[in-house]
Amino acid sequence: MSGFRLPTGGRVDRSRPVRFSFDGVSYTGFAGDTLASALLANGVMLFGRSFKYHRPRGLLAAGSEEPNALVSVDRGPGRFTPNLRATNVEVHEGLKAVSQNRWPSLKTDFGAINDRLGMFFPAGFYNKTFMWPRSFWDKLYEPAIRKIAGLGDAPTEDDPDQYAATHAHCDLLIIGAGPAGIDAALEAAGTNRRVTVIDEQDEAGGSALADPSLWQWLERSMKALNDAPNVTILTRTTAFGYYHDNFIGAVQRLTDHLPDDGDAPREKLWRIRAGEVILAQGAIERPLVFAGNDTPGVMLSSAAKTFANRYGVAVGKSVALMATHDSGWHDVFALAKAGVGIAAIIDVRDTVDADLLKQAADLRITVKLSHSVIGVSGRYGVKTIEIAHNDGTGIRSIACDALLMAGGWTPSVHLWSHSKGTLKWCDDIGAYVPDQPNENVRCVGACAGACNFGQGAVIDVLPTPMDQSRIKAFVDFQNDVTAKDIKLAVREGFRSIEHIKRYTTNGMATDQGKTSNLNGLQIASTALAKPITDIGLTTFRPPYTPQTFGALAGHAKGALFQATRTTNIDSWAEEHSAVFELVAQWRRARYFPKAGEDMHAAVNRECVAVRSSVGIFDASTLGKIEVVGPDAAEFLNRMYTNPWKALEPGRCRYGLLLKEDGFITDDGVSARLAPDRFHLTTTTGGAARVLNMMEDYLQTEWPDLNVWLTSTTEQYAVIALQGPNARKLLEPLVEGIDLSAEAFPHMAIREGAICGIPTRLFRVSFTGELGFEINVPTAYGRALWERIMAEGDRYDITPYGTETMHVLRAEKGFIIVGQDTDGTVTPYDASLDWAVGKKKLDFVGKRSLARPDIVAAGRKQLVGLLTDDPNVVLEEGAQIVADPNQPIPMKMIGHVTSSYWSATLGRSIAMALVAGGQDKMGETLHIPMPGKTHTAKISGMVFYDPQGARLNV
Amino acid sequence: MILIHCPYCDEKRAEIEFAYAGEAHISRPVDPSTYGDEEWERYLFIRANPKGRHHERWRHIHGCGRFFNAVRDTVTDKFETTYKAGEPRK
Ligand SMILES: [Zn+2]
Repeated sequence: MSGFRLPTGGRVDRSRPVRFSFDGVSYTGFAGDTLASALLANGVMLFGRSFKYHRPRGLLAAGSEEPNALVSVDRGPGRFTPNLRATNVEVHEGLKAVSQNRWPSLKTDFGAINDRLGMFFPAGFYNKTFMWPRSFWDKLYEPAIRKIAGLGDAPTEDDPDQYAATHAHCDLLIIGAGPAGIDAALEAAGTNRRVTVIDEQDEAGGSALADPSLWQWLERSMKALNDAPNVTILTRTTAFGYYHDNFIGAVQRLTDHLPDDGDAPREKLWRIRAGEVILAQGAIERPLVFAGNDTPGVMLSSAAKTFANRYGVAVGKSVALMATHDSGWHDVFALAKAGVGIAAIIDVRDTVDADLLKQAADLRITVKLSHSVIGVSGRYGVKTIEIAHNDGTGIRSIACDALLMAGGWTPSVHLWSHSKGTLKWCDDIGAYVPDQPNENVRCVGACAGACNFGQGAVIDVLPTPMDQSRIKAFVDFQNDVTAKDIKLAVREGFRSIEHIKRYTTNGMATDQGKTSNLNGLQIASTALAKPITDIGLTTFRPPYTPQTFGALAGHAKGALFQATRTTNIDSWAEEHSAVFELVAQWRRARYFPKAGEDMHAAVNRECVAVRSSVGIFDASTLGKIEVVGPDAAEFLNRMYTNPWKALEPGRCRYGLLLKEDGFITDDGVSARLAPDRFHLTTTTGGAARVLNMMEDYLQTEWPDLNVWLTSTTEQYAVIALQGPNARKLLEPLVEGIDLSAEAFPHMAIREGAICGIPTRLFRVSFTGELGFEINVPTAYGRALWERIMAEGDRYDITPYGTETMHVLRAEKGFIIVGQDTDGTVTPYDASLDWAVGKKKLDFVGKRSLARPDIVAAGRKQLVGLLTDDPNVVLEEGAQIVADPNQPIPMKMIGHVTSSYWSATLGRSIAMALVAGGQDKMGETLHIPMPGKTHTAKISGMVFYDPQGARLNV
Repeated sequence: MILIHCPYCDEKRAEIEFAYAGEAHISRPVDPSTYGDEEWERYLFIRANPKGRHHERWRHIHGCGRFFNAVRDTVTDKFETTYKAGEPRK
């Protein structure tokens, strides 16, 4: 309990107190506070428990690099956000925050036993310990580890918040509104370039916010920028990723900082395309590595300055500094001037600038050069520190309640690295700095390596007389990685920093090693006795800081996740209680149950109705392509397996489409309307793929052909009328088309009108019955459907869905591409030899039909399958074996592709791909299913009306 | 998200408007039946897969619909150039 609010100073609004709670305890802060500064002001030092050892942890930093103080914020049901950095959470009236990774409480945490058992948790612990037995992993290891090691709880309810998204374009994007970013913006403000400035904090200013001497400049500058019409400033906005061609992803937090967010969107995703990018992301101070450096109250020196100057909060009453860099001295001088007691300055260096020594003397601060901190006492807060001369002598204690670390500065090159800019090592500051850009981008200020913070020594672990193998000197605070873990990894043979990182998990926490990467590199470099540039550098990847899934998903959730395509007739089906299924984004009626019917009963009734009278089916989803031009027939002749040039206008043909590798990719019935015009149909799911394939051949292989392809899938509603009464029903409705069998044979097309609507009327059948497919302009679909339903009443017309369509076509042995074929089935495998033009010299896929593996014996071939027990309906996908008594694993010789109960035949029917199946007619095969192995005989695929008598009427 | 120059629209547009279409300059033989099995295998399956400059096809599928050729560096993911189908290899 040593932090406190200074009597004056800071940018918080002392006239606006706000009440908030942390772990159920109520506190007061000021508007402008973060959760971190407000709790510090209330004397709270303990913010969380560490990931692995459950060690008590306080604040390390004051900004987004904070690794320790992760908290959850509870905004009500479904609005629970874990793993927020307390240093980024703005306090507001009613804020409810809770600590994480502790049980039962932050102060009394059962998991802290891990800390005592630390010897059992070395580097690579997970890899080494839980290898065997495998079965223990799911039941014991993983649940146990999840319970004790981890971050905050994931929310369990749906997120009720809305998230917005927008695209933005600018000539210049400046990321980071600290002094360097503001200077760059001021320079561009007078030009005619569109400028966008983004900053992750609630207020622009960056490091200037912690330096009162710059506040007047800051106010003036921000006024100039706000007044500039070409400058847009986005605060509370994190540029989380830098992608190709200056495409930057950023998330703006809109309402989390407000006590009452109303119905406004919570966050907004910005997709920004910038002509030029200026990165002004500043630099992050490095912690120092020594025993006890994770004790609550040990923090970065720059953070203490920020808490004092920006928030008016002292981190302690008596503060010591451990420095290897001048910047810490300046911070401490600023603290002293703000009224914070300074216990001592300890610096590992033998000499420092005389001016620093003079200022320290003027402020009556004790200075210990050539010394290092070797230990910290106090479990929940610093009580004393132990220091020693670098030669190990002169060990003594200093009482203090906070210890600051000044270890030098690491330029923030995260986004620069996302953009694939190269880095070079800079010995002066002991860090990597930007070198060659890969995009139109440059770095300015501290992130460019231009840190004007004075001199420093670069050191991996502070000198200590203690046994280094017995102390916990932390490198990665969030993942609990110590210096000895990294040394152990090197001893165990790891050489590349990428491997050391993964083995020790150094830098792999949610902070991506913002405070730990460089120290980890230094320690590995010393342990390997190699220069730091020889051991590589780990890669920064988006996101810069963790972002919510909500912001990234935006509106793409629930019903808006993907578009659902519906036909003009869909609303009728919905009103008549259809059960729907999704077919390639289309919502299709699967069956139309009457009261009390299950799917089985409904489908049986629908099937019988089609075979005995007439059924009506919405086939609008069929893919349709209009092929027009003098070379249209030549083009189709090259694309499809069968001949097209001799097809007369007014006639239809079944078209089979292969890929160049010889395998079936699509099929459909198509019609020739005129010498230069065809109406193609494709499978529902294949429409876009087929059009793309045809365009490819047309544009790139045969650009000399004069042909135009147009997708007309959504231009036509298609109503299929199938059954012996189809013609009688249709006749009175149609004008200008003779429906008689002689004038309008099977596989023909006529143009005319139906109920006054222009139509392309196909006489085709996917059921084996007399059938018509009525194409009308889409907008007439439902009206025509209702008219036909009314007229069909006298024939007891029955609407049917895709399930019945599947059964009826299977009874006739018609394949469904993608169900009975899987991209490895040739026309011969599917018994579609008749659809291959034997006299054609070429078509897409023809040459491949002579490939050695395609003419080889034993290929899987499509056959019919009749179970010995006619009541057994096999499962689609069930595997087939020849010998059911062979040992497991059995040799699979094929699988069931289609399987239904046929009400017409009073038994089950199935289709299957079976190795060498066409030569095994009548043979018995075995289908092992849960509980029982079924037997079935191979048959032909046409189960019903093999002569096609029902079509020729 | 990469920007790609469509040589037909003569505009740089976002990657989501385009579809990748495999290696470029692999012409379908005028008469595939004259190809032996090995020759046909090479045409059908064997691709360059280089590290570096790659000649490849793209289609401006959500734009003008045209297929065109491009040279892209597979290491840096940068487009060196794009050009119309039928133009000589660059
Ligand atoms: Zn284009």
